[in-house]
Amino acid sequence: MSIGSNTTVAAAAPPVRTRARESVWRKAKRQRTFLLLLLPGVLYFFIFSYMPMYGILVAFKDFHLQAGQNFLTSVLTAPWAGKLGLGHFADFVNGPYFFQLLRNTFLLGLYSIVFGFPAPILFALLLNELRNRHYKSFVQTVSYLPYFLSVVAVVGIMKLMLAPDTGVVNTLLTKLGLEQIYFFGLPQWFRTLFVGSGIWKDLGMGAVIYLAALSKVDAEQYESAVLDGASRLRQMWHITLPAIKPVIVITLILSLSGVLHVGAEKVLLMYSPLTYDTADVFSTYVYRQGLVNMDFSFGAAVDLFNSVINVIFLVASNRLARKLSGESLW
Amino acid sequence: MVRDTTLGSRALDAVVHGVMVLVTIVTLFPVLHIVSVSLSDPQSIAQGKAALLPSGFNLSAYRTILFEDVHIPRSFLNSVCITAAGTVLNVIVTTIAAYALSKKDLLFRGFFMTYIVIPMFFGGGMIPLFLVVKSLGLVDSYASLIVPYLVSPWWLIIMISFFRSFPQGLEEAAKCDGCNDFATLIRVVLPLSMASVATIGLFYAVSYWNSFFPALMFLNDFNKYPLQLILRDIVLQNTLADQLASQGNAELARDLQSSITPQSVQYATLVVSIVPMVVVYPFIQKYFVKGIMIGSLKG
Repeated sequence: MSIGSNTTVAAAAPPVRTRARESVWRKAKRQRTFLLLLLPGVLYFFIFSYMPMYGILVAFKDFHLQAGQNFLTSVLTAPWAGKLGLGHFADFVNGPYFFQLLRNTFLLGLYSIVFGFPAPILFALLLNELRNRHYKSFVQTVSYLPYFLSVVAVVGIMKLMLAPDTGVVNTLLTKLGLEQIYFFGLPQWFRTLFVGSGIWKDLGMGAVIYLAALSKVDAEQYESAVLDGASRLRQMWHITLPAIKPVIVITLILSLSGVLHVGAEKVLLMYSPLTYDTADVFSTYVYRQGLVNMDFSFGAAVDLFNSVINVIFLVASNRLARKLSGESLW
Repeated sequence: MVRDTTLGSRALDAVVHGVMVLVTIVTLFPVLHIVSVSLSDPQSIAQGKAALLPSGFNLSAYRTILFEDVHIPRSFLNSVCITAAGTVLNVIVTTIAAYALSKKDLLFRGFFMTYIVIPMFFGGGMIPLFLVVKSLGLVDSYASLIVPYLVSPWWLIIMISFFRSFPQGLEEAAKCDGCNDFATLIRVVLPLSMASVATIGLFYAVSYWNSFFPALMFLNDFNKYPLQLILRDIVLQNTLADQLASQGNAELARDLQSSITPQSVQYATLVVSIVPMVVVYPFIQKYFVKGIMIGSLKG
């Protein structure tokens, strides 16, 4: 009777005092099924995650797309841009848009976190206080409906509801005798709409992680707290919040690292030349200059700038979190 | 649990209920409103009667979408095919890779784990990705919407932790019965892992159905456009109208709105794009809540 290809049984055979280490080749042969299973994934990451990292070189060169030329070689042979290849970065930082983009990207990210981060936590805490299981489950189910809608749909709903003349909000305003508001044409409304719709979309799903952690809290802790005379708010502060502290910190780190990577998708759908003042962010600038105008090198430079700042934020916030709370991502 | 009837406790209850009601209303109203308007006739809409429930029940917008406008049914079909194909491929590649990586003694495991985590935090960016896809000749093909997005490091890691918690005894029993590694996976591990597989499948499916940016980047042929891209055209048209209106050209804006795509059709298209998700999600929530719990245990 054959035992099959996996000979772990043989390898774990009677312990020998001096066992020759299995050679890499032998191990690979033994585990060839697993390595084969891993192969598509590895290939995928190589082509679509690591090759683009090589493509970052484009940011340091004057790259132009030539017909029929191989990607690998054409990147290598393109001339370097400026001193130390930093020509495009210099152009960008010294350019007219830099501060506006930086400010917009930073503010949108900041507001998103300041308003958007606590919301799911508070919602989870309150939801946790509900005693009726069906009521709780109903509200939860309703609350994560927006997560399943696409960004396009959410922005579409906003545009239709806030449209001049025909949108429900403006018809209400006119009925009340007030002036209409052209929401999407006014720079000052952009941040509110952006952050607000973000909260609307992510509240329910964001709370799920916290609720999962909350469900593991020992009920006895609450009982003894009540016996000690703790009010419900105190219970929340001393039992509930500390129980989800690890989750909060990790999620916060991940959010902070995305601060400057404000999603191009939603801004792209919401903005217009009229609102570039407050709406234009690094990612959308990269899209316009790099992809639409095909200024590949410049676009790549801006994008790289954005990514590097993200990584810095990630590392810094991780270090800070570890110092302040003992929790960190790594 | 001991009931607490102090004033503070009841005040908290009031706040909790208030917030729940608020969240329910704010979440549901926009969706109900859109559905309602799409089913109402233009006069009622103009009079503001169709805010929550349809008034003057009227299916003409849907008739236009289904029978007159060619783009929408085709793009709906495109989205369905892309979502189906993409989800299947993603689930397969992710699952088999996760199974391999869940083996603690896998050759070079440490290397591979680092290898898959790095792309979570740092990537080449839009432009290099575009260049890679272009140089592979995938531009303007359905493949460009799927292949560059085959594996999500996040879900891969969640699957790995799931497979780690799979009882080893069962796998060993399978080996003793003569299964090789692959057969163990197919016959023993997978059937018992369907909950996790279903979870990542669902999230991948939602992600494919809702995605529009890859299509924006890579597709030129409008016959291949997924539904979200068609929806985006409608959204953009509104942007143009907004711009005109806020610049004082309200009348021009109104003309624009009604000439290119009638209002009602805009609403109806929006509804059509969200109906599949809205209808499906209440039934799948038991899967993904479980999935998140598994993820958070290890996360």
